[in-house]
Amino acid sequence: MYKKQFPLLLAFLGGAIPIISFFITTPGDRLKVTTDTLQDWMLIIAGAALLLGVVNLFQINLRKISTRAKGWPNALWLLLSLVIAATFGLADAFGTSVFGIWGGDVAFQWIQDAAFKPLQATMFSLLAFYVASAAFRAFRVRNVEAGILLAAALIIMLGVNPYAVKVLPFLPDATNWIMNIPNAAAQRGIIIGAALGAASFSLRILLGIERSYLGLQKGE
Amino acid sequence: MDFGTVAATWLGAFFTLCILSFLYKDNPFFRFAESVFAGVSMGYYIGNTFGQTFVPNLVHPLFTPPAGTPREWILVIPLLLGFLLYTRYIKKVAWVSRFSLAIYVGYYTGVNMMQKLQGEVLPQSADTILSFWRAGTFTNVGEWISLLVVVVGVLSVLVYFFFSAEHKGAIGGVSRLGIWFLMVSFGAAFGYTIMGRISILIGRVIFLINQWLGIGNGGVA
Repeated sequence: MYKKQFPLLLAFLGGAIPIISFFITTPGDRLKVTTDTLQDWMLIIAGAALLLGVVNLFQINLRKISTRAKGWPNALWLLLSLVIAATFGLADAFGTSVFGIWGGDVAFQWIQDAAFKPLQATMFSLLAFYVASAAFRAFRVRNVEAGILLAAALIIMLGVNPYAVKVLPFLPDATNWIMNIPNAAAQRGIIIGAALGAASFSLRILLGIERSYLGLQKGE
Repeated sequence: MDFGTVAATWLGAFFTLCILSFLYKDNPFFRFAESVFAGVSMGYYIGNTFGQTFVPNLVHPLFTPPAGTPREWILVIPLLLGFLLYTRYIKKVAWVSRFSLAIYVGYYTGVNMMQKLQGEVLPQSADTILSFWRAGTFTNVGEWISLLVVVVGVLSVLVYFFFSAEHKGAIGGVSRLGIWFLMVSFGAAFGYTIMGRISILIGRVIFLINQWLGIGNGGVA
């Protein structure tokens, strides 16, 4: 009972509070205050869950290093950079200095400028080449649908290119029309469909029909 | 220029070249940069989580409240719930971690359900329905056609996502039209993604040329 039914009850209650507070106003807005308090608590639980991921990362990589598994130096670099960045980040969070040399905020900003931002930007920019090669395959006109995809993508790409706009001045208007009319219509359809799906899935979770997130099988 | 800025620029340039070296082929420099990226990203999120969540919402109010402010003992509950997540490492009591997970998933499920229905389904549907009325008041033919395209597009895409009826005959035709609208949207998203990525690549090249090599901008090299 405590292992299976009680968590389902907790999930129901946790979900019922914000839903009820949406419809009902209580004296002193107590329900709303409770929902806001829960919101703050959830941030703390989410933070704890993130650290759970860090523990997991350490477990996997330390095992790799200790057994000298294939690619173990990379595991070592990963953990080293994690420890350095986390040290700087924690120093910033608690307002202390790093080894009495740097202020925590300066050190954390430095690691972002020296490593995080260049690595992230270059990793994303690398994808430009692979997206381009994927585009080459996707844009071969094999049927009407592929043709429409190609036309829309070409107009959008040329529409934000100043050189193409000089030659074909109608492109910005065409780009705007595609973005604001057919694209908006499709996005609206997707949003409505996905939101209805998400709402019905939420109901399944709250009613305990969907319980795989707890590691429980159907009927368990 | 101070040492910190020079070191950050050289390191940034080194990591940029390491990642770009993958365009030639997979190599140890790329693997190294990839591992550092994973580690630094995790460290960055740890710093952010502590700085923006734990310290202001838990550490200060519970452990180090400002003078004259009482400790918020109620915060022991989320702290405990956070700790319960770690019981999954002890086999005998691993099921206890479900309590925290259930409250977390349950809460966001409830919030999400209302947000989706009130913030997405109702306004989007209302705007689409109102387009019918607006269409009657327009004198500009172009605008009228655009509104009609929006209404037809939304309905046809919804028909495409409606799987309770077989997509044959009239439903099949409308569903096909829905696919065309989706293709326009995917094409637009694809085009924007490519241009966005190319823009980031240009940014990295400008960083290497201007900031690192100092060509045209007096960099650090």
